[in-house]
Amino acid sequence: MTKNILLAAMAAPLLMASQPAAADADYRAKAIATIRKDFQPRGQASLDRLAEDGLQAVCNRSGNKPPKYLAERMEADQLAGIRFPADGRLMGDWKEGEKIAQSGRGFTWTDDPGLPVGGNCYNCHQISPRETAFGTIGPSLFQFGKLRGNSPEIQKYTYSRIYNSKSFNLCSEMPRFGHIGALDEKQIKNLVALLLDPESPVNK
Amino acid sequence: MRRFWIGALCAMAIMGTTSAQAARKQVAKPAAQTAPAPAAEAKDAATLEFEKFRAEMEDSNPAELFEMKGAELWKARRGPKDVALAESCDLGQGVGKIEGAYVRMPRYFADADAVMDAERRIVWCMVEKQGFKFDDIAKTPFANENFTPDITNLVTYVAGHSRNMKIAVPLGEPRVREAYEIGKEIAAYRAGPYDFSCSTCHSVDGKRIRMQNLPNLNTPQGAMSGVQGWPGYRMTGGVMLTHQWRMGDCFRQQRFPQPKYASDAIAYLLTYMIGNANGQVYKGPGIKR
Ligand code: HEC
Ligand code: HEC
Repeated sequence: MTKNILLAAMAAPLLMASQPAAADADYRAKAIATIRKDFQPRGQASLDRLAEDGLQAVCNRSGNKPPKYLAERMEADQLAGIRFPADGRLMGDWKEGEKIAQSGRGFTWTDDPGLPVGGNCYNCHQISPRETAFGTIGPSLFQFGKLRGNSPEIQKYTYSRIYNSKSFNLCSEMPRFGHIGALDEKQIKNLVALLLDPESPVNK
Repeated sequence: MRRFWIGALCAMAIMGTTSAQAARKQVAKPAAQTAPAPAAEAKDAATLEFEKFRAEMEDSNPAELFEMKGAELWKARRGPKDVALAESCDLGQGVGKIEGAYVRMPRYFADADAVMDAERRIVWCMVEKQGFKFDDIAKTPFANENFTPDITNLVTYVAGHSRNMKIAVPLGEPRVREAYEIGKEIAAYRAGPYDFSCSTCHSVDGKRIRMQNLPNLNTPQGAMSGVQGWPGYRMTGGVMLTHQWRMGDCFRQQRFPQPKYASDAIAYLLTYMIGNANGQVYKGPGIKR
Protein backbone atom coordinates (compact mmCIF):
# COMPACT_ATOMS: atom_id res chain seq x y z
CA MET A 1 0.00 0.00 0.00
CA THR A 2 2.62 2.54 1.05
CA LYS A 3 4.66 1.41 -1.88
CA ASN A 4 1.71 2.23 -4.11
CA ILE A 5 1.39 5.71 -2.75
CA LEU A 6 5.07 6.33 -3.27
CA LEU A 7 4.83 5.12 -6.82
CA ALA A 8 1.87 7.36 -7.43
CA ALA A 9 3.71 10.33 -6.02
CA MET A 10 6.62 9.60 -8.30
CA ALA A 11 4.30 9.07 -11.22
CA ALA A 12 2.31 12.27 -10.78
CA PRO A 13 4.84 14.65 -12.35
CA LEU A 14 5.54 12.16 -15.11
CA LEU A 15 1.87 11.92 -15.89
CA MET A 16 1.47 15.67 -15.91
CA ALA A 17 3.76 15.85 -18.90
CA SER A 18 1.38 13.73 -20.96
CA GLN A 19 -1.77 15.54 -19.84
CA PRO A 20 -3.71 17.21 -22.63
CA ALA A 21 -4.99 20.43 -21.07
CA ALA A 22 -4.47 22.17 -17.79
CA ALA A 23 -8.24 22.75 -17.66
CA ASP A 24 -8.91 19.04 -17.22
CA ALA A 25 -6.66 18.84 -14.19
CA ASP A 26 -8.34 21.93 -12.81
CA TYR A 27 -11.82 20.41 -13.13
CA ARG A 28 -10.54 17.19 -11.60
CA ALA A 29 -9.18 19.07 -8.62
CA LYS A 30 -12.55 20.77 -8.23
CA ALA A 31 -14.34 17.43 -8.58
CA ILE A 32 -12.22 15.92 -5.82
CA ALA A 33 -12.78 18.92 -3.56
CA THR A 34 -16.53 18.67 -4.20
CA ILE A 35 -16.58 14.95 -3.46
CA ARG A 36 -14.69 15.53 -0.21
CA LYS A 37 -17.15 18.06 1.10
CA ASP A 38 -20.39 16.55 -0.19
CA PHE A 39 -20.43 13.01 1.16
CA GLN A 40 -21.39 11.63 4.53
CA PRO A 41 -20.57 8.28 6.09
CA ARG A 42 -23.38 5.75 6.14
CA GLY A 43 -23.38 2.19 7.46
CA GLN A 44 -20.04 0.62 6.72
CA ALA A 45 -19.31 3.11 3.92
CA SER A 46 -16.93 5.48 5.68
CA LEU A 47 -15.45 8.64 4.21
CA ASP A 48 -11.97 7.14 3.79
CA ARG A 49 -13.40 5.32 0.78
CA LEU A 50 -13.35 8.61 -1.11
CA ALA A 51 -9.55 8.80 -1.07
CA GLU A 52 -7.70 7.34 -4.04
CA ASP A 53 -4.97 4.82 -3.49
CA GLY A 54 -1.93 5.06 -5.77
CA LEU A 55 -3.36 2.85 -8.48
CA GLN A 56 -6.70 4.62 -8.53
CA ALA A 57 -4.90 7.97 -8.68
CA VAL A 58 -2.90 6.91 -11.73
CA CYS A 59 -5.98 5.50 -13.51
CA ASN A 60 -8.04 8.59 -12.69
CA ARG A 61 -5.33 10.90 -13.96
CA SER A 62 -4.72 9.06 -17.19
CA GLY A 63 -8.30 8.36 -18.21
CA ASN A 64 -7.55 4.68 -17.47
CA LYS A 65 -4.78 4.71 -20.07
CA PRO A 66 -1.54 5.04 -18.13
CA PRO A 67 1.71 5.24 -20.09
CA LYS A 68 3.07 1.77 -20.80
CA TYR A 69 6.25 1.98 -18.75
CA LEU A 70 4.28 3.05 -15.70
CA ALA A 71 1.52 0.49 -16.19
CA GLU A 72 4.06 -2.33 -16.47
CA ARG A 73 5.83 -1.25 -13.36
CA MET A 74 2.72 -0.88 -11.28
CA GLU A 75 1.19 -4.11 -12.59
CA ALA A 76 4.34 -5.91 -11.46
CA ASP A 77 3.93 -4.29 -8.07
CA GLN A 78 0.33 -5.51 -7.83
CA LEU A 79 1.35 -9.00 -8.94
CA ALA A 80 4.07 -9.13 -6.31
CA GLY A 81 1.45 -8.51 -3.64
CA ILE A 82 -0.53 -11.68 -4.40
CA ARG A 83 -0.28 -14.34 -1.70
CA PHE A 84 -0.72 -17.90 -2.85
CA PRO A 85 -1.93 -20.74 -0.60
CA ALA A 86 0.85 -22.28 1.49
CA ASP A 87 -0.07 -25.82 0.42
CA GLY A 88 0.27 -24.91 -3.24
CA ARG A 89 -3.23 -26.15 -4.12
CA LEU A 90 -5.23 -23.63 -6.14
CA MET A 91 -8.43 -25.53 -6.92
CA GLY A 92 -11.19 -25.98 -4.35
CA ASP A 93 -14.83 -26.97 -4.62
CA TRP A 94 -16.67 -25.64 -7.69
CA LYS A 95 -20.09 -26.00 -6.00
CA GLU A 96 -19.02 -23.59 -3.28
CA GLY A 97 -17.49 -21.39 -5.98
CA GLU A 98 -20.85 -21.15 -7.74
CA LYS A 99 -22.47 -19.84 -4.56
CA ILE A 100 -19.81 -17.16 -4.17
CA ALA A 101 -20.13 -16.18 -7.83
CA GLN A 102 -23.90 -15.80 -7.41
CA SER A 103 -23.82 -13.52 -4.40
CA GLY A 104 -23.70 -9.79 -5.04
CA ARG A 105 -23.59 -8.87 -1.40
CA GLY A 106 -20.93 -6.72 0.14
CA PHE A 107 -19.55 -3.26 0.93
CA THR A 108 -22.61 -1.13 0.21
CA TRP A 109 -23.99 1.06 2.97
CA THR A 110 -27.02 -1.24 3.22
CA ASP A 111 -24.95 -4.43 3.59
CA ASP A 112 -24.46 -5.87 7.07
CA PRO A 113 -20.70 -5.73 7.57
CA GLY A 114 -20.91 -8.85 9.72
CA LEU A 115 -22.01 -11.04 6.80
CA PRO A 116 -19.59 -12.56 4.30
CA VAL A 117 -19.32 -10.72 0.98
CA GLY A 118 -20.04 -12.33 -2.36
CA GLY A 119 -18.00 -12.35 -5.56
CA ASN A 120 -20.45 -10.38 -7.71
CA CYS A 121 -19.12 -12.45 -10.60
CA TYR A 122 -22.45 -12.89 -12.41
CA ASN A 123 -22.97 -9.14 -12.27
CA CYS A 124 -20.30 -8.88 -14.95
CA HIS A 125 -19.67 -12.35 -16.45
CA GLN A 126 -21.45 -15.21 -18.10
CA ILE A 127 -20.15 -18.28 -16.24
CA SER A 128 -22.27 -21.42 -15.81
CA PRO A 129 -24.80 -22.02 -18.60
CA ARG A 130 -27.44 -22.67 -15.95
CA GLU A 131 -27.41 -19.01 -14.90
CA THR A 132 -28.96 -16.91 -17.65
CA ALA A 133 -29.20 -13.64 -15.70
CA PHE A 134 -25.62 -12.55 -16.15
CA GLY A 135 -24.05 -9.18 -16.82
CA THR A 136 -21.76 -8.26 -19.68
CA ILE A 137 -19.24 -5.77 -18.31
CA GLY A 138 -16.61 -8.54 -18.37
CA PRO A 139 -16.00 -11.24 -21.01
CA SER A 140 -17.88 -14.55 -20.97
CA LEU A 141 -16.15 -17.17 -18.84
CA PHE A 142 -18.32 -20.03 -20.13
CA GLN A 143 -16.05 -23.00 -20.96
CA PHE A 144 -13.10 -21.14 -19.51
CA GLY A 145 -11.37 -24.37 -18.44
CA LYS A 146 -12.43 -26.31 -21.49
CA LEU A 147 -10.78 -23.74 -23.72
CA ARG A 148 -7.67 -23.12 -21.64
CA GLY A 149 -7.14 -26.40 -19.78
CA ASN A 150 -6.23 -26.48 -16.12
CA SER A 151 -2.47 -26.65 -16.16
CA PRO A 152 -0.62 -25.21 -13.16
CA GLU A 153 0.03 -22.02 -15.16
CA ILE A 154 -3.64 -21.55 -15.97
CA GLN A 155 -4.56 -22.22 -12.34
CA LYS A 156 -2.05 -19.64 -11.21
CA TYR A 157 -3.29 -17.11 -13.74
CA THR A 158 -6.92 -17.63 -12.74
CA TYR A 159 -6.16 -17.40 -9.03
CA SER A 160 -4.16 -14.23 -9.64
CA ARG A 161 -6.86 -12.66 -11.84
CA ILE A 162 -9.42 -13.05 -9.10
CA TYR A 163 -7.00 -12.01 -6.37
CA ASN A 164 -5.91 -8.90 -8.22
CA SER A 165 -7.07 -8.27 -11.76
CA LYS A 166 -4.97 -5.11 -11.84
CA SER A 167 -1.83 -7.25 -12.01
CA PHE A 168 -2.65 -7.87 -15.66
CA ASN A 169 -4.37 -4.68 -16.67
CA LEU A 170 -3.64 -1.77 -14.38
CA CYS A 171 -6.97 -0.03 -14.87
CA SER A 172 -9.09 -3.17 -15.24
CA GLU A 173 -12.76 -2.65 -14.38
CA MET A 174 -12.68 -5.79 -12.25
CA PRO A 175 -12.30 -5.36 -8.48
CA ARG A 176 -9.21 -6.65 -6.65
CA PHE A 177 -10.97 -9.24 -4.54
CA GLY A 178 -7.97 -10.78 -2.76
CA HIS A 179 -5.92 -7.59 -2.54
CA ILE A 180 -8.62 -5.73 -0.61
CA GLY A 181 -9.52 -8.74 1.51
CA ALA A 182 -13.04 -9.15 0.09
CA LEU A 183 -12.49 -12.83 -0.70
CA ASP A 184 -10.17 -15.13 1.24
CA GLU A 185 -7.89 -17.84 -0.04
CA LYS A 186 -10.45 -20.61 0.29
CA GLN A 187 -13.13 -18.65 -1.56
CA ILE A 188 -10.77 -17.81 -4.39
CA LYS A 189 -9.79 -21.49 -4.69
CA ASN A 190 -13.44 -22.42 -4.97
CA LEU A 191 -13.89 -19.85 -7.73
CA VAL A 192 -10.84 -21.20 -9.55
CA ALA A 193 -12.48 -24.63 -9.40
CA LEU A 194 -15.74 -23.21 -10.76
CA LEU A 195 -13.84 -21.93 -13.79
CA LEU A 196 -11.35 -24.79 -14.28
CA ASP A 197 -12.62 -28.05 -12.80
CA PRO A 198 -13.67 -30.40 -15.62
CA GLU A 199 -16.66 -31.40 -13.44
CA SER A 200 -17.88 -27.82 -13.17
CA PRO A 201 -20.94 -27.03 -15.36
CA VAL A 202 -18.83 -24.23 -16.83
CA ASN A 203 -16.79 -26.84 -18.68
CA LYS A 204 -19.43 -29.39 -19.58
CA MET B 1 -41.12 -10.73 -8.07
CA ARG B 2 -43.29 -10.74 -5.01
CA ARG B 3 -42.39 -7.13 -4.30
CA PHE B 4 -43.16 -6.28 -7.88
CA TRP B 5 -46.72 -7.52 -7.46
CA ILE B 6 -47.16 -5.74 -4.20
CA GLY B 7 -45.96 -2.58 -5.88
CA ALA B 8 -48.31 -3.12 -8.78
CA LEU B 9 -51.23 -3.65 -6.47
CA CYS B 10 -50.41 -0.57 -4.44
CA ALA B 11 -50.40 1.39 -7.67
CA MET B 12 -53.82 0.05 -8.48
CA ALA B 13 -55.05 0.93 -5.05
CA ILE B 14 -54.04 4.55 -5.25
CA MET B 15 -55.36 4.88 -8.76
CA GLY B 16 -58.91 4.31 -7.68
CA THR B 17 -61.65 3.00 -9.90
CA THR B 18 -60.30 3.76 -13.36
CA SER B 19 -57.74 1.03 -12.97
CA ALA B 20 -59.94 -1.54 -11.33
CA GLN B 21 -60.24 -3.51 -14.54
CA ALA B 22 -56.54 -3.52 -15.05
CA ALA B 23 -56.13 -4.65 -11.48
CA ARG B 24 -58.44 -7.57 -12.01
CA LYS B 25 -56.54 -8.59 -15.08
CA GLN B 26 -53.26 -8.46 -13.20
CA VAL B 27 -54.46 -10.46 -10.24
CA ALA B 28 -56.21 -13.07 -12.35
CA LYS B 29 -53.03 -13.84 -14.23
CA PRO B 30 -50.81 -16.33 -12.36
CA ALA B 31 -47.49 -14.60 -11.89
CA ALA B 32 -45.22 -17.61 -12.06
CA GLN B 33 -46.55 -19.30 -15.17
CA THR B 34 -43.80 -18.30 -17.54
CA ALA B 35 -40.26 -19.37 -16.91
CA PRO B 36 -39.03 -21.30 -19.91
CA ALA B 37 -35.27 -21.06 -19.48
CA PRO B 38 -34.81 -17.66 -21.10
CA ALA B 39 -32.05 -17.41 -23.66
CA ALA B 40 -29.09 -15.26 -22.78
CA GLU B 41 -30.37 -12.24 -24.65
CA ALA B 42 -34.07 -12.75 -23.93
CA LYS B 43 -35.83 -10.52 -21.45
CA ASP B 44 -36.39 -12.07 -18.05
CA ALA B 45 -39.88 -12.70 -16.72
CA ALA B 46 -39.84 -9.64 -14.46
CA THR B 47 -38.95 -7.36 -17.37
CA LEU B 48 -41.77 -8.75 -19.50
CA GLU B 49 -44.27 -8.36 -16.68
CA PHE B 50 -43.08 -4.83 -16.13
CA GLU B 51 -43.46 -3.89 -19.77
CA LYS B 52 -46.95 -5.31 -19.84
CA PHE B 53 -47.85 -3.40 -16.74
CA ARG B 54 -46.43 -0.17 -18.08
CA ALA B 55 -48.41 -0.57 -21.29
CA GLU B 56 -51.60 -0.97 -19.28
CA MET B 57 -50.73 2.04 -17.18
CA GLU B 58 -50.05 4.30 -20.11
CA ASP B 59 -53.39 6.14 -19.91
CA SER B 60 -53.37 6.46 -16.14
CA ASN B 61 -49.81 7.06 -15.04
CA PRO B 62 -49.46 6.69 -11.25
CA ALA B 63 -47.15 9.73 -11.29
CA GLU B 64 -50.23 11.89 -11.87
CA LEU B 65 -51.44 11.27 -8.34
CA PHE B 66 -48.20 12.70 -7.00
CA GLU B 67 -48.42 15.60 -9.41
CA MET B 68 -51.84 16.43 -8.02
CA LYS B 69 -50.54 16.47 -4.47
CA GLY B 70 -47.61 18.57 -5.64
CA ALA B 71 -49.97 21.08 -7.24
CA GLU B 72 -51.73 21.62 -3.91
CA LEU B 73 -48.42 22.00 -2.10
CA TRP B 74 -47.11 24.44 -4.69
CA LYS B 75 -50.14 26.72 -4.36
CA ALA B 76 -50.70 26.49 -0.59
CA ARG B 77 -49.32 29.00 1.91
CA ARG B 78 -47.00 26.95 4.04
CA GLY B 79 -44.05 27.00 6.40
CA PRO B 80 -43.13 29.37 9.22
CA LYS B 81 -43.37 32.31 6.80
CA ASP B 82 -46.78 31.23 5.51
CA VAL B 83 -45.90 31.85 1.90
CA ALA B 84 -46.83 29.91 -1.23
CA LEU B 85 -44.11 28.70 -3.58
CA ALA B 86 -46.39 29.80 -6.41
CA GLU B 87 -45.94 33.40 -5.29
CA SER B 88 -42.30 33.29 -4.22
CA CYS B 89 -40.27 30.60 -5.94
CA ASP B 90 -38.37 31.31 -9.16
CA LEU B 91 -37.32 28.15 -10.99
CA GLY B 92 -35.54 30.15 -13.64
CA GLN B 93 -38.60 31.14 -15.70
CA GLY B 94 -39.90 33.86 -13.38
CA VAL B 95 -41.59 33.70 -9.99
CA GLY B 96 -44.20 30.97 -9.82
CA LYS B 97 -43.70 29.91 -13.45
CA ILE B 98 -43.24 26.20 -13.87
CA GLU B 99 -43.99 25.66 -17.56
CA GLY B 100 -40.78 24.18 -19.05
CA ALA B 101 -38.76 24.85 -15.91
CA TYR B 102 -37.79 21.23 -15.27
CA VAL B 103 -36.17 20.63 -18.67
CA ARG B 104 -34.14 23.86 -18.30
CA MET B 105 -32.45 22.79 -15.09
CA PRO B 106 -29.84 22.40 -13.71
CA ARG B 107 -29.08 26.09 -14.17
CA TYR B 108 -27.24 28.83 -12.33
CA PHE B 109 -29.23 30.88 -9.80
CA ALA B 110 -27.60 34.16 -8.84
CA ASP B 111 -29.69 34.56 -5.66
CA ALA B 112 -28.25 31.31 -4.33
CA ASP B 113 -24.94 31.67 -6.17
CA ALA B 114 -25.14 28.00 -7.11
CA VAL B 115 -25.93 25.63 -9.93
CA MET B 116 -29.11 23.81 -8.96
CA ASP B 117 -31.11 20.91 -10.28
CA ALA B 118 -34.91 21.11 -9.94
CA GLU B 119 -35.12 19.32 -6.61
CA ARG B 120 -32.32 21.34 -5.07
CA ARG B 121 -33.92 24.57 -6.25
CA ILE B 122 -37.32 23.73 -4.79
CA VAL B 123 -35.69 22.80 -1.49
CA TRP B 124 -33.89 26.14 -1.59
CA CYS B 125 -37.20 27.93 -2.05
CA MET B 126 -38.81 25.97 0.78
CA VAL B 127 -35.97 27.03 3.07
CA GLU B 128 -35.44 30.62 1.93
CA LYS B 129 -38.99 31.63 1.07
CA GLN B 130 -41.15 29.47 3.31
CA GLY B 131 -38.79 29.19 6.25
CA PHE B 132 -38.55 25.42 6.49
CA LYS B 133 -35.35 24.02 7.98
CA PHE B 134 -33.02 22.36 5.51
CA ASP B 135 -32.02 19.67 8.01
CA ASP B 136 -35.64 18.70 8.54
CA ILE B 137 -36.15 18.22 4.81
CA ALA B 138 -32.82 16.41 4.40
CA LYS B 139 -33.61 13.99 7.24
CA THR B 140 -36.11 12.01 5.14
CA PRO B 141 -35.73 13.31 1.60
CA PHE B 142 -36.95 10.20 -0.23
CA ALA B 143 -40.13 8.15 -0.24
CA ASN B 144 -40.52 4.78 1.40
CA GLU B 145 -43.44 2.38 1.48
CA ASN B 146 -45.33 4.39 4.08
CA PHE B 147 -44.35 7.93 3.33
CA THR B 148 -43.84 10.35 0.45
CA PRO B 149 -42.08 13.60 1.33
CA ASP B 150 -43.63 16.87 0.16
CA ILE B 151 -40.53 17.64 -1.88
CA THR B 152 -41.08 14.49 -3.98
CA ASN B 153 -44.63 15.57 -4.81
CA LEU B 154 -43.42 19.07 -5.63
CA VAL B 155 -40.67 17.85 -7.96
CA THR B 156 -43.11 15.53 -9.70
CA TYR B 157 -45.57 18.39 -10.16
CA VAL B 158 -42.93 20.66 -11.61
CA ALA B 159 -41.56 17.88 -13.86
CA GLY B 160 -45.09 17.22 -15.15
CA HIS B 161 -45.14 20.76 -16.55
CA SER B 162 -42.25 19.95 -18.85
CA ARG B 163 -44.00 17.03 -20.54
CA ASN B 164 -43.07 16.63 -24.20
CA MET B 165 -40.55 19.45 -24.08
CA LYS B 166 -36.94 19.31 -25.16
CA ILE B 167 -34.18 19.12 -22.58
CA ALA B 168 -32.37 22.46 -22.66
CA VAL B 169 -29.75 22.74 -19.92
CA PRO B 170 -28.12 26.15 -20.53
CA LEU B 171 -24.59 24.81 -21.04
CA GLY B 172 -23.57 28.10 -22.64
CA GLU B 173 -23.59 29.85 -19.26
CA PRO B 174 -20.08 29.73 -17.82
CA ARG B 175 -21.11 28.53 -14.35
CA VAL B 176 -23.26 25.77 -15.83
CA ARG B 177 -20.47 24.79 -18.19
CA GLU B 178 -18.08 24.55 -15.28
CA ALA B 179 -20.58 22.42 -13.33
CA TYR B 180 -20.84 20.16 -16.37
CA GLU B 181 -17.08 19.71 -16.57
CA ILE B 182 -16.77 19.00 -12.86
CA GLY B 183 -19.69 16.57 -13.09
CA LYS B 184 -17.90 14.78 -15.88
CA GLU B 185 -14.87 14.31 -13.64
CA ILE B 186 -17.04 13.13 -10.75
CA ALA B 187 -18.58 10.51 -13.05
CA ALA B 188 -15.13 9.20 -13.96
CA TYR B 189 -13.66 9.22 -10.43
CA ARG B 190 -12.66 5.73 -9.32
CA ALA B 191 -12.25 4.98 -5.65
CA GLY B 192 -13.56 2.76 -2.89
CA PRO B 193 -13.06 -0.94 -2.21
CA TYR B 194 -14.03 -2.02 -5.74
CA ASP B 195 -12.29 0.79 -7.68
CA PHE B 196 -15.66 1.72 -9.22
CA SER B 197 -16.78 4.97 -10.81
CA CYS B 198 -20.05 5.76 -12.60
CA SER B 199 -18.12 4.99 -15.79
CA THR B 200 -17.42 1.40 -14.68
CA CYS B 201 -21.08 0.66 -15.27
CA HIS B 202 -22.23 3.45 -17.58
CA SER B 203 -19.62 4.29 -20.22
CA VAL B 204 -20.10 1.62 -22.88
CA ASP B 205 -23.19 0.94 -25.00
CA GLY B 206 -25.21 -2.23 -24.57
CA LYS B 207 -23.79 -3.49 -21.26
CA ARG B 208 -25.76 -5.05 -18.44
CA ILE B 209 -25.42 -5.92 -14.76
CA ARG B 210 -27.24 -9.23 -14.44
CA MET B 211 -30.30 -8.51 -16.62
CA GLN B 212 -30.45 -4.78 -16.01
CA ASN B 213 -29.48 -2.61 -18.93
CA LEU B 214 -26.91 0.05 -18.21
CA PRO B 215 -27.28 3.30 -20.14
CA ASN B 216 -24.07 4.84 -21.48
CA LEU B 217 -24.32 8.24 -19.84
CA ASN B 218 -21.67 9.75 -22.10
CA THR B 219 -23.91 9.55 -25.16
CA PRO B 220 -27.03 11.64 -25.87
CA GLN B 221 -29.31 8.58 -26.07
CA GLY B 222 -27.79 6.91 -23.02
CA ALA B 223 -27.97 10.08 -20.97
CA MET B 224 -31.59 10.53 -22.05
CA SER B 225 -32.50 7.09 -20.77
CA GLY B 226 -30.98 8.18 -17.48
CA VAL B 227 -33.35 11.19 -17.51
CA GLN B 228 -36.50 9.73 -19.07
CA GLY B 229 -39.14 8.65 -16.62
CA TRP B 230 -37.62 10.43 -13.60
CA PRO B 231 -39.08 11.28 -11.20
CA GLY B 232 -40.45 7.77 -11.48
CA TYR B 233 -42.95 5.55 -9.78
CA ARG B 234 -40.82 2.57 -8.91
CA MET B 235 -42.46 -0.82 -9.05
CA THR B 236 -39.91 -2.20 -6.60
CA GLY B 237 -41.36 -0.99 -3.34
CA GLY B 238 -44.17 0.96 -4.99
CA VAL B 239 -42.82 4.44 -4.33
CA MET B 240 -42.23 7.68 -6.20
CA LEU B 241 -38.52 8.49 -6.44
CA THR B 242 -36.52 11.39 -7.82
CA HIS B 243 -33.27 11.90 -9.68
CA GLN B 244 -31.57 12.81 -6.40
CA TRP B 245 -32.51 9.36 -5.13
CA ARG B 246 -31.28 7.64 -8.28
CA MET B 247 -27.86 9.29 -7.99
CA GLY B 248 -27.60 8.27 -4.35
CA ASP B 249 -28.55 4.68 -5.03
CA CYS B 250 -25.92 4.43 -7.74
CA PHE B 251 -23.27 5.75 -5.35
CA ARG B 252 -24.45 3.02 -2.98
CA GLN B 253 -23.86 0.42 -5.70
CA GLN B 254 -20.52 2.06 -6.32
CA ARG B 255 -19.69 1.26 -2.66
CA PHE B 256 -19.17 4.95 -1.95
CA PRO B 257 -20.44 6.73 1.15
CA GLN B 258 -23.69 8.64 0.78
CA PRO B 259 -23.84 11.88 -1.17
CA LYS B 260 -25.37 14.72 0.82
CA TYR B 261 -28.89 15.61 -0.21
CA ALA B 262 -29.24 18.54 -2.61
CA SER B 263 -25.47 19.10 -2.67
CA ASP B 264 -23.11 20.52 -5.29
CA ALA B 265 -21.82 17.03 -6.06
CA ILE B 266 -25.25 15.81 -7.17
CA ALA B 267 -26.09 19.05 -8.96
CA TYR B 268 -22.85 18.80 -10.98
CA LEU B 269 -23.37 15.14 -11.79
CA LEU B 270 -26.91 15.90 -12.94
CA THR B 271 -25.67 18.85 -15.00
CA TYR B 272 -23.34 16.47 -16.80
CA MET B 273 -25.92 13.77 -17.34
CA ILE B 274 -28.94 15.93 -18.20
CA GLY B 275 -26.74 18.27 -20.24
CA ASN B 276 -25.69 15.30 -22.37
CA ALA B 277 -29.38 14.71 -23.09
CA ASN B 278 -29.93 18.26 -24.42
CA GLY B 279 -32.25 18.45 -27.41
CA GLN B 280 -34.18 15.27 -26.66
CA VAL B 281 -37.82 15.17 -25.69
CA TYR B 282 -38.74 14.59 -22.05
CA LYS B 283 -41.96 12.66 -21.68
CA GLY B 284 -42.65 13.56 -18.06
CA PRO B 285 -42.66 11.67 -14.78
CA GLY B 286 -43.02 7.96 -15.43
CA ILE B 287 -42.79 4.42 -14.21
CA LYS B 288 -39.57 2.66 -13.34
CA ARG B 289 -38.81 -0.90 -12.57
C1 HEC C 1 -17.35 -4.99 -12.25
C2 HEC C 1 -17.07 -5.99 -13.19
C3 HEC C 1 -16.44 -7.31 -12.83
C4 HEC C 1 -16.66 -8.14 -11.75
C5 HEC C 1 -17.59 -7.90 -10.58
C6 HEC C 1 -15.86 -9.31 -11.97
N1 HEC C 1 -15.16 -9.19 -13.13
FE1 HEC C 1 -13.89 -10.58 -13.93
N2 HEC C 1 -13.41 -9.26 -15.44
C7 HEC C 1 -14.01 -8.05 -15.66
C8 HEC C 1 -13.45 -7.45 -16.86
C9 HEC C 1 -13.86 -6.11 -17.46
C10 HEC C 1 -12.49 -8.37 -17.36
C11 HEC C 1 -11.66 -8.21 -18.62
C12 HEC C 1 -10.20 -8.04 -18.37
C13 HEC C 1 -9.82 -6.72 -17.77
O1 HEC C 1 -10.42 -5.69 -18.06
O2 HEC C 1 -8.87 -6.71 -17.02
C14 HEC C 1 -12.49 -9.49 -16.42
C15 HEC C 1 -11.67 -10.63 -16.56
C16 HEC C 1 -11.77 -11.78 -15.79
C17 HEC C 1 -10.98 -12.97 -15.99
C18 HEC C 1 -9.92 -13.16 -17.08
C19 HEC C 1 -10.57 -13.56 -18.36
C20 HEC C 1 -9.55 -13.94 -19.42
O3 HEC C 1 -10.00 -14.07 -20.56
O4 HEC C 1 -8.38 -14.12 -19.13
C21 HEC C 1 -11.37 -13.88 -15.05
C22 HEC C 1 -10.84 -15.29 -14.87
C23 HEC C 1 -12.40 -13.25 -14.26
N3 HEC C 1 -12.62 -11.96 -14.74
C24 HEC C 1 -13.07 -13.85 -13.20
C25 HEC C 1 -13.95 -13.18 -12.33
C26 HEC C 1 -14.50 -13.76 -11.13
C27 HEC C 1 -14.29 -15.19 -10.68
C28 HEC C 1 -15.24 -12.79 -10.53
C29 HEC C 1 -15.95 -12.82 -9.20
C30 HEC C 1 -15.19 -13.12 -8.05
C31 HEC C 1 -15.18 -11.60 -11.38
N4 HEC C 1 -14.38 -11.89 -12.46
C32 HEC C 1 -15.83 -10.41 -11.12
C33 HEC C 1 -14.99 -7.47 -14.89
C34 HEC C 1 -15.48 -7.98 -13.69
C1 HEC D 1 -21.75 -1.19 -9.81
C2 HEC D 1 -22.58 -0.73 -10.86
C3 HEC D 1 -23.04 0.70 -10.97
C4 HEC D 1 -22.37 1.87 -10.73
C5 HEC D 1 -20.95 2.04 -10.23
C6 HEC D 1 -23.28 2.94 -11.07
N1 HEC D 1 -24.46 2.44 -11.51
FE1 HEC D 1 -26.05 3.50 -12.27
N2 HEC D 1 -27.10 1.77 -12.49
C7 HEC D 1 -26.63 0.50 -12.19
C8 HEC D 1 -27.68 -0.47 -12.39
C9 HEC D 1 -27.57 -1.98 -12.18
C10 HEC D 1 -28.81 0.27 -12.83
C11 HEC D 1 -30.16 -0.32 -13.22
C12 HEC D 1 -31.29 0.22 -12.50
C13 HEC D 1 -31.57 -0.28 -11.12
O1 HEC D 1 -30.67 -0.49 -10.29
O2 HEC D 1 -32.75 -0.44 -10.84
C14 HEC D 1 -28.41 1.68 -12.87
C15 HEC D 1 -29.24 2.73 -13.26
C16 HEC D 1 -28.85 4.05 -13.37
C17 HEC D 1 -29.71 5.13 -13.83
C18 HEC D 1 -31.17 5.01 -14.25
C19 HEC D 1 -31.33 4.49 -15.61
C20 HEC D 1 -32.77 4.37 -16.01
O3 HEC D 1 -33.06 3.58 -16.91
O4 HEC D 1 -33.61 5.05 -15.45
C21 HEC D 1 -28.95 6.26 -13.79
C22 HEC D 1 -29.42 7.66 -14.20
C23 HEC D 1 -27.64 5.90 -13.29
N3 HEC D 1 -27.62 4.55 -13.05
C24 HEC D 1 -26.60 6.78 -13.09
C25 HEC D 1 -25.41 6.45 -12.42
C26 HEC D 1 -24.43 7.42 -11.97
C27 HEC D 1 -24.51 8.91 -12.19
C28 HEC D 1 -23.44 6.72 -11.34
C29 HEC D 1 -22.27 7.23 -10.57
C30 HEC D 1 -22.56 7.98 -9.41
C31 HEC D 1 -23.77 5.32 -11.44
N4 HEC D 1 -24.98 5.20 -12.07
C32 HEC D 1 -22.97 4.30 -10.95
C33 HEC D 1 -25.36 0.17 -11.80
C34 HEC D 1 -24.37 1.07 -11.45
